[in-house]
Amino acid sequence: MIKDQEYLKSKASYCLDLAKKLGATDASVTIGNSISETVNFRNKVLDESNRSDSLAMGIETYVGKKKSSISSSNLSEENLKILIEKCYETTKITPEDEFNSLPDKELLAKNIKDLNLYDQSHIENDKKIDYLKELEEAASIDKKIINTESSFTEDKSNFILANSDGFCNGYKSSSFTASCVAVAKYENNMERDYEFTSKCHLNDIFNPSELGKIAAEQTIKKLNPKKIGSDKLSIIFDKRISKGFLSAFAGAISASSIARGTSFLKDKLDQQVFSNEINVIDKPDLIKGMGSRSFDSEGVKTDTLKLVSNGILNDYLIDTYNGKKLNLKSNGRSGGSTNLYFENGNINYDDMLKSHSKILYVTETIGHGTNLVTGDYSVGANGFLIENGEFKYPVNEITIAGNLNEMFKNIILANDLEFKYSINSPTMMIDGMTVAGK
Amino acid sequence: MSNFFDKSDLTRKDVDEIVSNTLKNCDDGELYFEDSKSESIVLDDNKIKSSNYSSDLGFGFRAISDEVVAYSHSNEISKDSLKNSAKSLQSTLKSIKGTYNHEIPKTNNKFYDAINPIEQKTLDGKLEVLNNVNEYLRKKNSAVKQVTATFSGEQKSIEIIRSGGESLTDVRPLIRFNVSVMLEKNGRKETGVYGIGGRQSYDDYLKNDNWKNVCEEALRIASVNLDSKPAPAGEMKVVLGPGWPAILIHEAIGHGLEGDFNRKKTSAFHDLMGQKVASEGVTIVDDGTIDKRRGSLTIDDEGTPTERTVLIENGILKNFMQDRLNARLMNTRSTGSGRRESYKHIVLPRMRNTMMLSGKNTQDEMIKSVDKGIFAVSFGGGQVDITSGKFVFNCTEAYEINNGKIGSPIKGATLIGDGPSILKEVSMVGNDMMMDPGIGTCGKAGQGVPVGVAQPSILIDKMTVGGTKL
Repeated sequence: MIKDQEYLKSKASYCLDLAKKLGATDASVTIGNSISETVNFRNKVLDESNRSDSLAMGIETYVGKKKSSISSSNLSEENLKILIEKCYETTKITPEDEFNSLPDKELLAKNIKDLNLYDQSHIENDKKIDYLKELEEAASIDKKIINTESSFTEDKSNFILANSDGFCNGYKSSSFTASCVAVAKYENNMERDYEFTSKCHLNDIFNPSELGKIAAEQTIKKLNPKKIGSDKLSIIFDKRISKGFLSAFAGAISASSIARGTSFLKDKLDQQVFSNEINVIDKPDLIKGMGSRSFDSEGVKTDTLKLVSNGILNDYLIDTYNGKKLNLKSNGRSGGSTNLYFENGNINYDDMLKSHSKILYVTETIGHGTNLVTGDYSVGANGFLIENGEFKYPVNEITIAGNLNEMFKNIILANDLEFKYSINSPTMMIDGMTVAGK
Repeated sequence: MSNFFDKSDLTRKDVDEIVSNTLKNCDDGELYFEDSKSESIVLDDNKIKSSNYSSDLGFGFRAISDEVVAYSHSNEISKDSLKNSAKSLQSTLKSIKGTYNHEIPKTNNKFYDAINPIEQKTLDGKLEVLNNVNEYLRKKNSAVKQVTATFSGEQKSIEIIRSGGESLTDVRPLIRFNVSVMLEKNGRKETGVYGIGGRQSYDDYLKNDNWKNVCEEALRIASVNLDSKPAPAGEMKVVLGPGWPAILIHEAIGHGLEGDFNRKKTSAFHDLMGQKVASEGVTIVDDGTIDKRRGSLTIDDEGTPTERTVLIENGILKNFMQDRLNARLMNTRSTGSGRRESYKHIVLPRMRNTMMLSGKNTQDEMIKSVDKGIFAVSFGGGQVDITSGKFVFNCTEAYEINNGKIGSPIKGATLIGDGPSILKEVSMVGNDMMMDPGIGTCGKAGQGVPVGVAQPSILIDKMTVGGTKL
């Protein structure tokens, strides 16, 4: 069983009291517990079971404008005492920083909405095994599938965030995740692909045979890829890739990158950064949302932000420290975006496929080729070549490159948005990128 | 040696009993205790941005029968907690039986000292270096607009307790010192990053004002990039410089030679043992025994002493890297490659220091032989798809080569290739093998472990460069 709020609160107040008693002027503490149980299957038999029970604390102590932090997994009072003393001593000799402070009191979350993020259902390992058996049966119907690996994880967690200004809140959350990775072989070529489902509530996850079937189909489709020639092409990004551009966007508009001057979107507030059909929303109070939260990692309330409307950048993702540096108020985004998404575009998926005579459809990218300082983008990719709206053959061992400044302005979105992850995008098309191949 | 449970209600006798009882019908397994202390101190934007200390104590209990691994970990060290874990393992393995395999080879070697680097330099001393770095760089060049400098250090003590009470211990220091600098000139911004580290004290790396050399290198890379032009796109010849570019070897070859992917036959290399997978003259080893290197280990995380494993000898595939589980299932021995990020993670076969050994050619010869291509000196990071064998890495410092001469610097670009065939495209191997500066972290299945790489300059006849210029 995960620790209840009372236990976590008592540990949190012990830490805060001790820090204050030692001489800290302010302090903020997080105590969290999470229990995770995973079962892994491979080729229709049990491969691994894994149970994890983690308890952790982190505290920041302030002495005026001086600050330092410690974290530990050992919550015995004896150990906490040693560590908090160490933290306080370190704080005293750390240089002052005028922007260090707890969040403004009036910004702290007061009404905590129930976002239905916790499902108390417990699924025993034997039931997880049944699920995975059915999943892998469905995944291995085709003889071309030579290996399947699947996994089921149940996570439960609870936490308390407390600070010396009287904020003390936390809540339980849960997630149920199943995934399947398949390997297909035809002659000398092997390919791998995957599908997964992850939800706060057990009843909302995919049915196992559906999941296995999708993973297998996607893998088989990739067999016998060709390398294409270098060219300027229109590229369609599958939903599992298009959301990555929103992650890059979120990184570039974080107050920390803006304050440090290391973002290609610095000084772009109130300017056109996307084409004028594009709207970007960050919605923290989505019921059962994978990124939902009632307050950020400092306790600041979170409201829905319309980050981009008609292509114009309206706001950054702001935490207390970097907000003060930029002379802006925190908007509750310490720890980043919540449920971030592009609103739907106007074109449907099928029309998008037919919009050019030759299109590269990207289903996977590899490498870390996004430079948020310059906006330069270059990654390895694979996917499919589409001619006149039809999938012709799989493509791999190519790279795609461009610059996010221009790419953002060329984004066209389909109208097929779904809330599968915490960051979500419809299918996306970008014209005029460079494909390097043969 | 710290005793991991002396402040709990557990005695060594209790622990031995629980371990032996739980593992008696299994093929393998152990109880792993870990006590880690780590710090990170960051200077950023002219200020000490954060000073963070962390201490973590916990255990991971593993039982293996045939191919099935049961694992349970917790950071609550108590009789109840250990018994709960034991129960969880037994419930997974309830209908399975094995023969416990006891043998762990012994070693008297030590490849680093049991120091705690965090305690060996005062906080004031660390703050002084960070402030010096900031001042030095900003004074040196007015285009410097941002400086980030970081100390990270840790000491990790582990004990492995096996059935029958056998105990194996190790104390592992690790540090890294890193400088990142951003320049801005005529509206253009570029960054340069450089770092050093390994399994010694901070001052072993920083003596003689060595921090200045780290600053200079970061500044040099950023300055080169300020003048870079768009990279070419398409297939061409690539000369790789010595040292850190060996992450090509790590991604293209290394991961594909890890035991688990080959036992499961999901690696593009699984049926190539004994076959030619690289040009003649290419020899690659994975070595855990190099003194004080980032990827070195006295014993691995299963207690097996590490070794120098020959992976490819003169072009022929000789060995995979093995942990105990995969070695047993493939009828071979562990190569001391069983590693885990922490007690929260299961053991996987992993790389240590992966090195391509020197050949006969000079870098000059390589450059002169190229009509049109690129010369790649430094990389950010890489990634591989084990199954298809396709891998990428990102240049952070590269130049074009025209008619045998090094030309202008080019913008960061991703290079992509095919693991099983790339080493057959190596047409020259340099005589200038160099270790990386001690900064690598390898990710696999969500676990990061410190690794090293090394290589001489090499010439690759054909690779796809992912620039924007057609």
